[in-house]
Amino acid sequence: MERVAVIGVGQTKIQSGKRETFHELVWEAATKALADAGITVKEIDNVVSVSSDFWDGRTISCMAISDTSGGFNKDITTVEGDGTFGALYGMMRILSGSFGTTMVVAHHKGSESSMNGITNTSFDPLVERKLGLDAVSSSALQACRYQTVTGGTEQQFAMVSVKNHGNAMRNPMAQIPMEITVDDVMNSPMLATPLKKLDCSPVGDGAAAVVLAAERSAKKLTTNKKRVWLNGVGHCSDAFRLGDRDLADTKALKAAAKKAYAMAGVTPADIDVAEVYDAFSYMEPMWLEGLGFCEDGMGPEMEERGTFDFNGKLPVNPSGGRLSANPVQVAGLLEMIECVLQIRGEAGRRQVKGAQTALVQGINGMCGQAHCVWILGK
Amino acid sequence: MGKRVGIVGVGQTHHASHRLDASGVELIAEAVTRALDDAQITLDDIDAIVIGNMDHFENINYVDMWATDGLGSKMKPVFKVTTGGTTGTTVGAAAYYSAASGLFDVVMGVGWEKNSESDTQAAIATCANPVLERDPFAGAIGPLATEYSMYMKAYGATEEDAAICAARDRNNALNNPYAHNRMHVTVEDVLNSPMLSYPVKFLDMCPRSDGACAVIFASEERAKKIAPQPAWIHASVVRHDYTHFGDLEWQWMPTLERATLQAYKIAGITNPVKELDVCELYMPCATTAVKWLDSLWFCDRGMGPKLVRSGATHMDGILPINPSGGVVATNPIGATALIRVGEAAWQIMGRAGDRQVPGVKKALATGFGGCSWSDVFVLGSDLP
Repeated sequence: MERVAVIGVGQTKIQSGKRETFHELVWEAATKALADAGITVKEIDNVVSVSSDFWDGRTISCMAISDTSGGFNKDITTVEGDGTFGALYGMMRILSGSFGTTMVVAHHKGSESSMNGITNTSFDPLVERKLGLDAVSSSALQACRYQTVTGGTEQQFAMVSVKNHGNAMRNPMAQIPMEITVDDVMNSPMLATPLKKLDCSPVGDGAAAVVLAAERSAKKLTTNKKRVWLNGVGHCSDAFRLGDRDLADTKALKAAAKKAYAMAGVTPADIDVAEVYDAFSYMEPMWLEGLGFCEDGMGPEMEERGTFDFNGKLPVNPSGGRLSANPVQVAGLLEMIECVLQIRGEAGRRQVKGAQTALVQGINGMCGQAHCVWILGK
Repeated sequence: MGKRVGIVGVGQTHHASHRLDASGVELIAEAVTRALDDAQITLDDIDAIVIGNMDHFENINYVDMWATDGLGSKMKPVFKVTTGGTTGTTVGAAAYYSAASGLFDVVMGVGWEKNSESDTQAAIATCANPVLERDPFAGAIGPLATEYSMYMKAYGATEEDAAICAARDRNNALNNPYAHNRMHVTVEDVLNSPMLSYPVKFLDMCPRSDGACAVIFASEERAKKIAPQPAWIHASVVRHDYTHFGDLEWQWMPTLERATLQAYKIAGITNPVKELDVCELYMPCATTAVKWLDSLWFCDRGMGPKLVRSGATHMDGILPINPSGGVVATNPIGATALIRVGEAAWQIMGRAGDRQVPGVKKALATGFGGCSWSDVFVLGSDLP
């Protein structure tokens, strides 16, 4: 199978209350990605946008960004969900042989949206929606279940928040870099037991873009230094209803990860840096279990031991993670961009030394119903 | 390079204005089950799934997650695509590229909509820029009325030309057991039906339907094993141009011209009217069934009415259009364009029942939507 590379990346700074419209944010990210790749829009064969009619408050929301994404008179399409799934489709379009280069661009303007109302519409309209469930309250249920199964404590979850907000201090694009303590997290307002405000990711605005290229095009268009290879990918969905899942069981993630590792021919031990979907503090240790970085049930303890700190055995979320910037559909692409920069050695003050192989994990649906796992390499 | 891909199974619901007997998930299950039966395979044979619809119709976020039970996607790879009216062909293209990529062998694409639970026109209205264009271009009928008025003025087309197409498609639907509106209609009936927005009348315009469609795509080796006659994908092309309605060309359809031109080039078609055997075209209003013929390269610009009046596009003509009854008979929006692909595939597979056109070797299917979005599939009985 032909290989596909990321040859250019671009993102806006993630902020709340940006004055630009979302299609202006897309323009900024897409333009930066083209400049990073050192190519022009003429060399883009097709565009995959990632957008959501719900968050945009506009039907056919992708229509609003077709011009600023460089899609004029091109073969363009739209994935709704996390950016990692958009990248997946972008890669498959290249592997089909129909295209040499794909622009994948995601946008999100959370500050113009209602998180509670929009995530509430993700639930079954007849039963679960009426209970008022949203992303925060359903995740709180998952956190409780995870505590029951693993014995993880709120303090251990708080340590993840402390770590990731601290990591964000080294990332100029992050929304809320903060030097905080476990006490600060524990004393922040309770949103839904056991999740406190600082256990939850912020609402923010931003856009991100990656330019993908087939091996044949990548070598023509860019220098070796810019190319980062997409060596493995896997995606998988669990059951829809929360009651039909054991919320602490990460089997869909395990299936996705198994596929990605196998395709890339690597094991968890080969990963030098990982960006995982920490929309809430407890998610990071839980997903790290599913990804095979520690045994099931050991996530919280390993976090406490500092295994996943910036200077730990496996640095996780050196960007600051979703806890420090979470423009929803964009989140997974931000993870991918971070890992591209890490592998290129362009991650500045947050550079993980000698990073050669990186893992990215994005999620779709509530409580991580579906996962998309990527392995990137030099 | 990628793999060659064929369609090996198609399933659709019985479409209706109100499918009160089935929830959205149940409609999806109906289509999925029928597609699996059509291909004579089971859910275990499906490696990956793609789904699409339009969010604001049923107000369900993360439809790919919500639909798990109907899709059979538990512990399977699934994601969602959506592009408005073209969603169905967008789903078809995503399933096609997934199978062609070599990452998956058998991929199911599913489109659905339950319009009886939606305020369709209000939802569509929000596609326009909220500051500049949402007021004048609310809904789907206004822009279609505008473009045909301009075509009438430029080329002398008439309301009757459109009515001929409306009657053609609606009568064709009598042969399609899945169609939503199945009624015998004369050209006079169409002309006498209530005016919606000049020159578009009630019987020119598509309905809003409840329904779903599933189409199963397979890579070459698997397709040959599953189906005696797969419908091979010869070309899948999309073109989109402007973000604002005000920027559009209204007298012809540049995106459709460019998309079909590219698709014909890939498929090696030089004379589409002669080389194509049947078409299933996303024509949401009978006026477009006249006007867009130019942009499909079926005739010179402005000659659409002449081609329609020649009878060439009727069931006994040289290039039958919409044997299924098309979009004016059935319109579960997120499924509508995928039904075009599925019906075209059935024509090639010889499974189109009473609406079968004899000896189909090459078929054209299209999707239309958004602010001038054109999707094109060319299917063939021979390997591309």
